[in-house]
Amino acid sequence: MMVTMAHGSGGEETEKLIREIFAARFDNPWLSGLEDAAAVPGSQRLAMTTDSFVVRPLEFPGGDLGKLAVCGTVNDLLMRGAVPKYLTAGWILEAGTDLALLERIAASMADTAAEAGVQIVAGDTKVVENVHEDGGIVINTAGVGFLREDLEVSASRIRPGDQVILSGTLGDHHAAIQSARMRLDNDICSDVALLTEPVSIMLGAGIRVHAMRDVTRGGLATILNEFARDAHLTIKLEQETIPVSPAVRNLCGILGLDPLTMGNEGKFIAVVDPADAEQALELIRGTSCGQQAAVIGKLTEWVDTDVILHTSLGGTRVVAPLTGEGLPRIC
Amino acid sequence: MNGSTRQAADFLRSYDGAKIRLMEVCGTHTAEISANGIPSMLSDRIRLISGPGCPVCVTVSSYIDRLIEYSMSENTTVLTFGDLLRVPGSGGSLADAIARGGRAEYVYAPSRVIERALEEPDRSFIFGAVGFETTAPVYAMLLEELLQRGIRNVRLLTSLKTMPAAIRAVARLARDAGEPVDAFLAPGHVCAVTGTADYAALAKELQVPFVVSGFGGEELLAAIYALVKLRGRGEMRNLYPRIVRPEGNPRALEAVNRFFAPADAGWRGLGMIPGSGLLLREEYSSFDAGSAELSEDRPAAGCRCGEVLTGRITPGECPLYGTACTPVRPVGACMVSAEGGCHTAYVSSGGKGRKKEADLT
Repeated sequence: MMVTMAHGSGGEETEKLIREIFAARFDNPWLSGLEDAAAVPGSQRLAMTTDSFVVRPLEFPGGDLGKLAVCGTVNDLLMRGAVPKYLTAGWILEAGTDLALLERIAASMADTAAEAGVQIVAGDTKVVENVHEDGGIVINTAGVGFLREDLEVSASRIRPGDQVILSGTLGDHHAAIQSARMRLDNDICSDVALLTEPVSIMLGAGIRVHAMRDVTRGGLATILNEFARDAHLTIKLEQETIPVSPAVRNLCGILGLDPLTMGNEGKFIAVVDPADAEQALELIRGTSCGQQAAVIGKLTEWVDTDVILHTSLGGTRVVAPLTGEGLPRIC
Repeated sequence: MNGSTRQAADFLRSYDGAKIRLMEVCGTHTAEISANGIPSMLSDRIRLISGPGCPVCVTVSSYIDRLIEYSMSENTTVLTFGDLLRVPGSGGSLADAIARGGRAEYVYAPSRVIERALEEPDRSFIFGAVGFETTAPVYAMLLEELLQRGIRNVRLLTSLKTMPAAIRAVARLARDAGEPVDAFLAPGHVCAVTGTADYAALAKELQVPFVVSGFGGEELLAAIYALVKLRGRGEMRNLYPRIVRPEGNPRALEAVNRFFAPADAGWRGLGMIPGSGLLLREEYSSFDAGSAELSEDRPAAGCRCGEVLTGRITPGECPLYGTACTPVRPVGACMVSAEGGCHTAYVSSGGKGRKKEADLT
């Protein structure tokens, strides 16, 4: 069975598709009425975000589009210190897409949402004409999270002396997608994961987390340049401390990729008060997605450059943000 | 860092002998030197300059223009490696041509060329085959497969260059300009294919040292140390013996020789250099999409890639660098490729443009 233009007509087929594939899996009290808008309990301060997911292939080692669409938006909410609560899901389906594939992606999305403790409370489905031979799926998710009154996590709070913690190895998602596209035979898996555990443990323990950012498109280099620029400070990195798996390092060597500008989907950096850095590192390392976390650098007063890397060889160089395309559409 | 690397690092940091200009002639060396922060580890009396070792950078504009023409031709698709899509010809780039309805796709590996040819047997495919001695064997193997499988809808537009004659030309240009190159870092991957005899001969002829180097930070530091020590001596050293044998790779050379013959070639910034390229042999001319006549080079107004490629100016001395010409909107080829001298300088200076780059070189 395949998605057809009739599934997007707004008529009976559309309703059947929504009920059988989406509503059945995302079931919750706010969605089940299938009203024009969901009425949900709220909070004084809300964090809101939205993201669209266009990766191909739709299923890849370590994850799939459905898992990615939840992780990406939930992680963005977490990075502001919010507790993620609600998601919406907008689906754009190409005619010709295999319905069994769509069901797998929807099931994966539901599982990941359950794991994250968020409800998918509203959605939309459109069908567009066939572009790719085997069809295609694009998902947009918007997310709402509740913010504590007394907690402000943002780049504006970064101070000189703060330590930069990276939650694990760089480049895995990018390398896995690239390998799948090039049909390379290796064991590299995407790192796509919810960052709920390490973030909530740190915030729960009262770690003074000044800023967080998930290390997605543009890679570590781009994010740290943004932090440095926003804070008018310099970030000094130690190359030797930055974790990269041997398999990814090897692939980078062959393809001329730089782990510092590669995308990830389950890694974040936390900029923390120096007095709390050691405890924060220990807490992150105790979580399933943070075992290889490391302190990779620190903030200093601005010294003419935004991000400086001390190389393993003993040299120094500037770390520039990603310019140009890198590689297209990996998330 | 092991003991000998530390010794080399200490020596190079505190070197206070005569000023010395070293040229690396391989784009991957350029990129790795920068990635390892090596310029920051050298005394300011040691100056590294990037030579014409990035295949995309030395490609003449008429070659790009011809690929664009093909991309706009009926029932024809151009296949290239990714970088080439963004290199400006005399007008726009292949990427611009795609936006105007041209057909060009990038491939990661020549095996994809075969796949595309089989997917659309009635379509004509032109493969933009650029590169040095390192990539020529790959094209030879592709031709072999095309022959074996009887695939007739692929032709190659080649821009294949060979290093030794170009190095000689660069050395002469620099000498004539009063800024001679005192030592050369020989291209490790090229030597793995061709062997080292050409470089020993060049060292003797030019009376400057050549060191064949690997690509790791410690290997590069050791090679630079050796070059400074060998200054003034027309000698070649192979510091990459685990990969580079004196005789090279006979199988690869044989495959290349079967399909290609030495020819004159046009280089961006250097002009026509006799014996510095490869063209398909007469008997395989049915696979050639007209590569021989492409030597004219008309870069964009103000572009000084040619002088950058020959070490006559640093990237920062080009008036377009960092202003009109950036990695996002490259004017010259050296800003396109991740191994181009301007791109490397721009990225390693944090994209700050001219002043910072000048500080770092």
